Amino acid sequence: MKLFSFLFTSTIGRKWLMGLTGLFLISFLLVHCGVNACIFFNDGGETFNMAAEFMGTNWIIRSMEFVLFAGLLLHIFQGLYLWKFNTEARKKRYSVSAGSANSTWYSRSMGILGTLLLLFLVVHLKDFWVTSRFTDVITSGEKTLFQEMKEVFANPLPVVVYVLGCVSLLYHLLHGFQSAFQTLGINHKSYTPIIQSTGKIFSVVVSLLFAAMPVAMHLGWIQ
Amino acid sequence: MSNSNMNLKLKVWRQQNAKDEGHFEDYTVQASPDMSFLEMFDVLNEQLITEGKNPVAFDHDCREGICGMCSMVINGRPHGPKQGVTTCQLHMRSFSDGDTIVVEPWRSNAFPVIRDLSVNRSAFDRIIASGGYVSVNTGNAVDANATLIPKETADEAFEAATCIGCGACVSACKNASAMLFVGAKVTQLSLLPQGQAEASKRVVAMVNQMDAEGFGACTNTGACSAECPKQIPLSVIATLNREYIKAKLKGY
Ligand code: SF4
Ligand code: FES
Repeated sequence: MKLFSFLFTSTIGRKWLMGLTGLFLISFLLVHCGVNACIFFNDGGETFNMAAEFMGTNWIIRSMEFVLFAGLLLHIFQGLYLWKFNTEARKKRYSVSAGSANSTWYSRSMGILGTLLLLFLVVHLKDFWVTSRFTDVITSGEKTLFQEMKEVFANPLPVVVYVLGCVSLLYHLLHGFQSAFQTLGINHKSYTPIIQSTGKIFSVVVSLLFAAMPVAMHLGWIQ
Repeated sequence: MSNSNMNLKLKVWRQQNAKDEGHFEDYTVQASPDMSFLEMFDVLNEQLITEGKNPVAFDHDCREGICGMCSMVINGRPHGPKQGVTTCQLHMRSFSDGDTIVVEPWRSNAFPVIRDLSVNRSAFDRIIASGGYVSVNTGNAVDANATLIPKETADEAFEAATCIGCGACVSACKNASAMLFVGAKVTQLSLLPQGQAEASKRVVAMVNQMDAEGFGACTNTGACSAECPKQIPLSVIATLNREYIKAKLKGY
């Protein structure tokens, strides 16, 4: 264990854990987005419900849920710790600072973007995860997850909250995707440009797809 | 060539010592576009001395961009608005007549203010002393071609070695992180065979010292490299991360 204590005691160790858990969460997003995008088949949620049922009952996937939450909690914990640590490294602030001259606003706002995502996540988990895992609404066959989605997004307020969540996700990913590779020590003159453009495409596509779901449901484009 | 055809308003940080709260003071100064930024400060100081006031303390030595002593945050940017130059190489032609220029010291807990614009950067010295060197017994001079090093590797090591230890990276970073500096030193030494023998021990010792000095942790905003007068690339931080993790996993 002593071998790995640096992951919690040194700046680079902590960063490394951030990058590693970040990439893991990105891989989860890909699966989550893929499953949800099944609603766009517009088949009354048939494909989507099938995929959702598989994800909810397959024991491998169910046990991965624990790993997912562990990864998420580590990412949040290290993120908040580093945020505080980094703010305190400069007690006396500048009166004039020209951050926009040397970096993007979202790369400087990962803490805030992450916090917004965390708030969104609380709402999101309450809306769907709690309903599907801790009540028997879905398992009893009372309604499908697809129906649950339609009900939630019939109301305009959640639609706005979800779209804002996706905006935070977009910017968090735009910086986070390529940043994770840099932190893990991967920077190469041929591969890094590929990583960077993949990151941009991934961030935009995933956030747009996620944002399109509540909007399409609300407007009745998905039946 | 005209001598003093720029009228400038300066807001300069004045601070007696590390304990003093510090404050801005306003000055007006006449400068020529051909002066360097530090020469403009020399004019200001002459003026202050003539008025019987205390001149502004600021660091400088070579005034040709190689010693890394000059350190001013000019309108929110370390070493001023130009890329790839130090404060001493910045000329007043980069500003316009009538401009107001705000000048502050490097700000970070690890670089306490000594006086006015002069900060204590000995934290960098302690990081270097912790491992930023190669231990060799000097004996007879070795033949230059005894150890073959590919030209590309030598170039890359040289690029990292151009870091002058000025601390602008720390000053520009929102986290006051020193990883561009430490990355440059670790990269330079770990690329060359002479430095590889001690690579693992070195990187762990230097990172430990860096953390002990109270520098923040990099979040890859890229501000350091954008403001670095020697344009040290961000890839040195990836190299630092890689070398550190490798060494840690080996049990160092
Ligand atoms: S990396 Fe650049 S900014 Fe940082 S100390 Fe070296 S020369 Fe200065
Ligand atoms: S005074 Fe030496 S680098 Fe500016």
